[in-house]
Amino acid sequence: MILKEDVKHIANLSKLNFNEDEMEDFTVKFSQIIEYVEKLKEVDTENIEPTYQVNPNYQFMREDEVKESFSREEALLNAPDSEYGYFKLPKVID
Amino acid sequence: MDITRLSAVELRKKLLNREISSVEIVESYYKKIEETEKDIDAFITLTKDEAIKTAKNIDEKIANNEEVGVLAGIPIAVKDNIATRGIKTTCGSKILENFVSPYDATVVEKIKREDGIIIGKTNMDEFAMGSSTETSYFKKTKNPHDLERVPGGSSGGSAAAVAGFEAPLSLGSETGGSVREPASFCGVVGLKPTYGLVSRYGLIAFASSLDQIGPFARNVEDTALLLSVLAGYDEKDSTSVDNKSIDYTKELNSNVKGMKFALPKEYFGEGIDEKVKKKVLEAVEALKGLGAEVEEISLPYTEYALSCYYIISTSEASSNLARFDGVRYGYRAENYKDLDELYVNTRSEGFGEEVKRRIMLGTFALSSGYYDAYYNKAQKVRTLIKRDFDKAFEKYDAIISPTAPILPFKIGEKVNNPLSMYMSDILTVSVNLAGVCAISVPCGNVNGLPVGLQIIGDRFEEQKILNIAYTYEKNRGEENDL
Repeated sequence: MILKEDVKHIANLSKLNFNEDEMEDFTVKFSQIIEYVEKLKEVDTENIEPTYQVNPNYQFMREDEVKESFSREEALLNAPDSEYGYFKLPKVID
Repeated sequence: MDITRLSAVELRKKLLNREISSVEIVESYYKKIEETEKDIDAFITLTKDEAIKTAKNIDEKIANNEEVGVLAGIPIAVKDNIATRGIKTTCGSKILENFVSPYDATVVEKIKREDGIIIGKTNMDEFAMGSSTETSYFKKTKNPHDLERVPGGSSGGSAAAVAGFEAPLSLGSETGGSVREPASFCGVVGLKPTYGLVSRYGLIAFASSLDQIGPFARNVEDTALLLSVLAGYDEKDSTSVDNKSIDYTKELNSNVKGMKFALPKEYFGEGIDEKVKKKVLEAVEALKGLGAEVEEISLPYTEYALSCYYIISTSEASSNLARFDGVRYGYRAENYKDLDELYVNTRSEGFGEEVKRRIMLGTFALSSGYYDAYYNKAQKVRTLIKRDFDKAFEKYDAIISPTAPILPFKIGEKVNNPLSMYMSDILTVSVNLAGVCAISVPCGNVNGLPVGLQIIGDRFEEQKILNIAYTYEKNRGEENDL
């Protein structure tokens, strides 16, 4: 059973905010989905290894070579705010 | 001659024979787009000037007897979650409404290298999260076969563009069926490659262990042509697999004699529309008539696939979408007091409801106290689902089923009931969880609405499923009656 309090906690972890109306509707739909996925609990997974990745061989090693990448201008092209060649943010420390 | 009715392979032949020019091809398609786009709404961005310029270059090359690539002069529509340098890549989201990628995805680079022409970016469910293209921030794409119905999703724009003759080829992406389901709904061919066959570099991530880019076309040969260009190892994607490159068109043949196909009883059971089932079984009979052996099997973990998929895909999404915080790119909220509010307000205003729901579900499944019960449990169930497939492919060449359990539904019919929307993916998600390949090929209509036949192959057996689909198509006759 998912309560509004749980949804608030998850929203906080997700860096999302909902107003009261949205929260009501969301809690109902969210509970239905959680209830549905609970089905997984029926499956016996004793001694079964998880499959995080289907490829048998992954995460190859390579030489750490320095290569050309984006210029500072290109990297900042989509920044909502920038100054002196950096991403600009509100003050964090007083 | 209506150029937009020709297949990509025919366009290529006529171009090389100098019967038509690349500029003529591109202009014919834009004319068609101007006529039909007001009804279909398949595109978010059109790139006409750039496309005409590229076409002129290709015509010049041909005039000078220079060698041209295998996609020379062929217009291609690209799903808007695939990065295109200098062109907007929105992911169907407000949060990326003005994002202009500073680089090309590897698949886009490959298309350009083969002289393909990008004609626009197609509409999609926001961040590829949906089965109807209705969660797009920008517009609702309509099914060209019935404008009151959805084209499927999440690559609905790419499927509708090909079905509506707005492009001969297009790119979509899959996480749980987002190429195959819209291909089925729009009556075109769509292929989900084996995980690792096509580079994901430049595909904006939804669920990294499931995502693959796949081609759409109006016939199997065109699908094989585009797949041959897309496939191949890329050092920029550590999960891409270093196999030798294959020209799938060369080995295309129509012979299924002696092949063994499996029909999973779970894919023909509860929740499957009887009319869809009937059409698919007719196609199975046709394949039998061509010499294939068909047997019923069981994939016993099928009933857990959808739950497993939604836990894993949303968990990965919650992590992948953490990057959208209003700092380096994308939308930033106007009002905030401090850094935390900047993040929260940006994300709350920038993401739509379905995206928020999936971030929340994933965050929940990964959160302290629930991680083992949900996320880890799902990854273990995934092992069992994969074993079902491994076992089936020991004995059978392919698994055959409907692509979607239902016919294309009405716009608005399911959008307020997420769980009922998720059910559209019930026959496609297992393929992504197991990392195998599958194709959807049209197999007839019910009251004018297309039905898709799904052919699932083992890992890296794209040639085999293309051949089966090709054989079926040759014996089926023309389908797209638009």
